[in-house]
Amino acid sequence: MDDHAAIEVQAPPVELERIPLVAHQHGPGWLSDRIAGVVEGDTPAWWKICFAISVTMMTVCFAAILYLMSTGVGVWGLGHPVMWGWAIVNFVWWIGIGHAGTLISAILFLLRQKWRTSINRAAEAMTIFAVMCAGIFPLIHIGRIWYGWWLFPIPNSFSIWPQFRSPLMWDVFAVSTYFTVSVLFWYMGLIPDLAVMRDRAKTKIRKFGYGLFALGWTGSNRHWSNYEKAYLILAGLSTPLVLSVHSIVSLDFSVSQLPGWHTTIFPPYFVAGAVYSGFGMVLTLLVPLRRMLKLEDIIRVRHVELMCKVTLATGSIVGYAYGMEFFIAWYSGNPYERFQFFQTRAADPFIFGPLLHIRPAPYWWAFWTMVTCNVVVPQFFWFKKIRTCMLAVFVLSILVNVGMWFERFVIVDISLHREFIPSNWNYYSPTWVDICQYLGTFGLFFTFFLLFIRFIPLIAIAEVKGVTPQADPHHPLGGAKIGEKH
Amino acid sequence: MPASYAIMAEFESPAAILHAARKVRESGYRQWDVFTPFPIHGMDGAMGLKNSRVGWFSFIGGCTGYATGMLMIWFMNAYDYRIVIGGKPMFSPFSAFPPSYELTILFGSFGALLGMLFLNRLPRLHHPLLKNRRFALATHDRFFMVIESNDPKYSENETRRLLESMGSKHIEFVEE
Repeated sequence: MDDHAAIEVQAPPVELERIPLVAHQHGPGWLSDRIAGVVEGDTPAWWKICFAISVTMMTVCFAAILYLMSTGVGVWGLGHPVMWGWAIVNFVWWIGIGHAGTLISAILFLLRQKWRTSINRAAEAMTIFAVMCAGIFPLIHIGRIWYGWWLFPIPNSFSIWPQFRSPLMWDVFAVSTYFTVSVLFWYMGLIPDLAVMRDRAKTKIRKFGYGLFALGWTGSNRHWSNYEKAYLILAGLSTPLVLSVHSIVSLDFSVSQLPGWHTTIFPPYFVAGAVYSGFGMVLTLLVPLRRMLKLEDIIRVRHVELMCKVTLATGSIVGYAYGMEFFIAWYSGNPYERFQFFQTRAADPFIFGPLLHIRPAPYWWAFWTMVTCNVVVPQFFWFKKIRTCMLAVFVLSILVNVGMWFERFVIVDISLHREFIPSNWNYYSPTWVDICQYLGTFGLFFTFFLLFIRFIPLIAIAEVKGVTPQADPHHPLGGAKIGEKH
Repeated sequence: MPASYAIMAEFESPAAILHAARKVRESGYRQWDVFTPFPIHGMDGAMGLKNSRVGWFSFIGGCTGYATGMLMIWFMNAYDYRIVIGGKPMFSPFSAFPPSYELTILFGSFGALLGMLFLNRLPRLHHPLLKNRRFALATHDRFFMVIESNDPKYSENETRRLLESMGSKHIEFVEE
């Protein structure tokens, strides 16, 4: 009767059945109720407490920035030759964290990894807020913030344009594009879910608010057709974008002549590190959230396990890059390179220093914290027992980001504090302003993140619905009858 | 009875709405659409939709972005105010590439999003279907077939019979 396709519907063979992405065969209606219920329910007490703490920390951050602006960069711990201190470390660290969101939303989409649908919304939100935190630092690092517009292609008062032969200008374009495209991608994914919120809304204000941002979405298939194409294109554009952003950040360093910075391995090494730290942050956020918001049926242990595996893979790439840096430093025969890596980084007072007859490096502890957290910690994720133990995953995910912060510190500050002429050497310590600004950005980050989970569905409702068997017209749960030709 | 905008039939599964879409298309209707909480695999084929044209918007956006980047950098550093820095050339396609590349992606992304909205005629502040209470389930867990009354083949009784024959349990007329 119907000659379009003569596929006989069969139940899928048992051995090919994977662990379902949504537990207990929950259907689309349940998913809407559960995810939208997080936003529609009462504000939990823990949310209020966390929000109060976050807003306080954010205020401290802005107060410290105001103090810096009114007084000058002397309030930081900077001093020749370490002229890039914590601000740059924090910038690189935060922007690295952002990378997991785009990786999950774009690269895993192109690779047809359907498990991404449970986590992509929260990870993309994390990206946007992390890039906002990152963006603050280069802006305040220019010292005279009121000249911040010199970064943009506008001629200054002497009609001089910014000059594009410097990687610092490339960075401006990379980071601002990254932020804008991440927001576009996130918002586009949100349109169908805002329509869900609009259609469920009980109050006029909610209906108007969600309705305004849902842009009149109806779920028409003619619309879905264009929407899916646009989503694919955005994923295709974001993939080279996410790889380019941290590459360009790394060029800020590797284009210079300083030993420890001047390395061709930097772009891929920075990108791997960024994805590693980003997945660490996604785990830190989602492992407690899935429990507190009772989303274990949607963000399952399998999702956590898969994220741990990505962390393991990228962490191992980072470990390989560390090894390669040392090998090249030795193999190049360049005395400055060798000095930078062996004398200034690796020489600890207990094992390698005495063994190689090298005086302990001033920052040996920073280097070895980095190695422990970034090379040793991810190796625990080889074990299924650890990957499925949520407490262990949570603790390890925090260590991942401790390690990545130290990696940036090692690269930026250890490289700088021992430069070519020994008379220029110096020891760098942060001041309370540095510390308040760094901790304060957590306040900024969590303030936005908490607002996000309170007002916007933190899981992509339409996308999760689309990967359930109930959404497959050729699956018995999607209404196909066993043995029927259609 | 006031002039109705369309007839709307509700279905309960993706398989049922996919069947219905094939039938409606074969019956020769033109002004109709399917409303679902998520995109259904195979629906574009069943409805006979052509490949979306969003790609063109994105492509034009990307080309504009790349050209903008290259021209802007050449104009600023090699034409309008030349300054020698580190003995580097006034303009080099290599150092101009990273910002141009980023602008390609930026403009291409705007092209994709705005192109999608343009092709879908969004944002739209009013739609007859959005006034219908039952239709709110289209973003929840139901699947709707809507045939507009300005379709040349539309007839209240026959279209209704066709939709009933496909197993819809709930059929109603949507007011303008």
